[in-house]
Amino acid sequence: MNLAELQKKLIAAARANAPGDHVPYAFEKRVTALLASRVSPQNLDGWVRGLWRAAVSCVAVALLCGAWSLLTPAIAPANATASTDLSQDLENTLLASADQGDQAP
Amino acid sequence: MEKYLADSRTMERTEAELIAAVLKGDSASFEPLVQKYSPRVFATARRYARRESEVEDIAQEVWLKAFDKLKSFRGEAPFEHWLMRMTVRTCYDFLRGHQRNRESSFSDLSEPESDWLDRFVTAPETAGENADAAKMLVGRVLERLSPQARLVITLLEIEDRSVKEISALTGWSVPLVKVRAFRARAEMRKIVSKMAKDKYL
Repeated sequence: MNLAELQKKLIAAARANAPGDHVPYAFEKRVTALLASRVSPQNLDGWVRGLWRAAVSCVAVALLCGAWSLLTPAIAPANATASTDLSQDLENTLLASADQGDQAP
Repeated sequence: MEKYLADSRTMERTEAELIAAVLKGDSASFEPLVQKYSPRVFATARRYARRESEVEDIAQEVWLKAFDKLKSFRGEAPFEHWLMRMTVRTCYDFLRGHQRNRESSFSDLSEPESDWLDRFVTAPETAGENADAAKMLVGRVLERLSPQARLVITLLEIEDRSVKEISALTGWSVPLVKVRAFRARAEMRKIVSKMAKDKYL
């Protein structure tokens, strides 16, 4: 069998039978409806931008709070009295009822 | 009547005006473009997909991509060329995602296909190219080609496009198209030879 000739014939067959170009009914309406139903990428962009800004602000606030909490104990002992020791105050408050119970007759 | 007037006004607008309107957010202006170019998109998609549902999926994907990437259309070349590039690339993606029946044998040829091959063997001039059997056979051969080979054979041999045109459509360089065309022809020869072997040996 002449394979080269067979290949040529098959290619010629494909050329002779070009596919149709008919479009299903109301295809363009379907595409437009699909486009309208999708979330607009522009709106999505706005959300993404807003969320990034919020994230940056949150990180900045977190850093400030962290820095403040780290710096506060270093400053406190300089002018501190016993009553300004927050941890001692907290302990006294929490254990106040237990202390009162011990003192009661 | 108002709708008719609105429609006729839309038809009068040029492609550039419609594209500009879509870019400004008027997605309804996209409809006349879909209407005008869908026949070409469907005809191209039918070269690569057999089932009508797959053809519709490809066409729909092409239009959604075109809408999303419309910003990248600079208007230097006609909109149709830009769209056809997108169509061919979407069809190629489809072929890569749907590689079925590539390894199966040709032992299940239908009677008309088998008869057509017999006629070709005994008297090649009687085996016409217009026969349905020839169409089915070439469909079987094309289905067994790799996606790259199928794309090149379709564009180069069946649609009779130049290497330069194929390069523009696929985004491959001219030398790459030539190499792939050489390999695609060899691959097709191998498949045709396998078909003959399965049928007669």
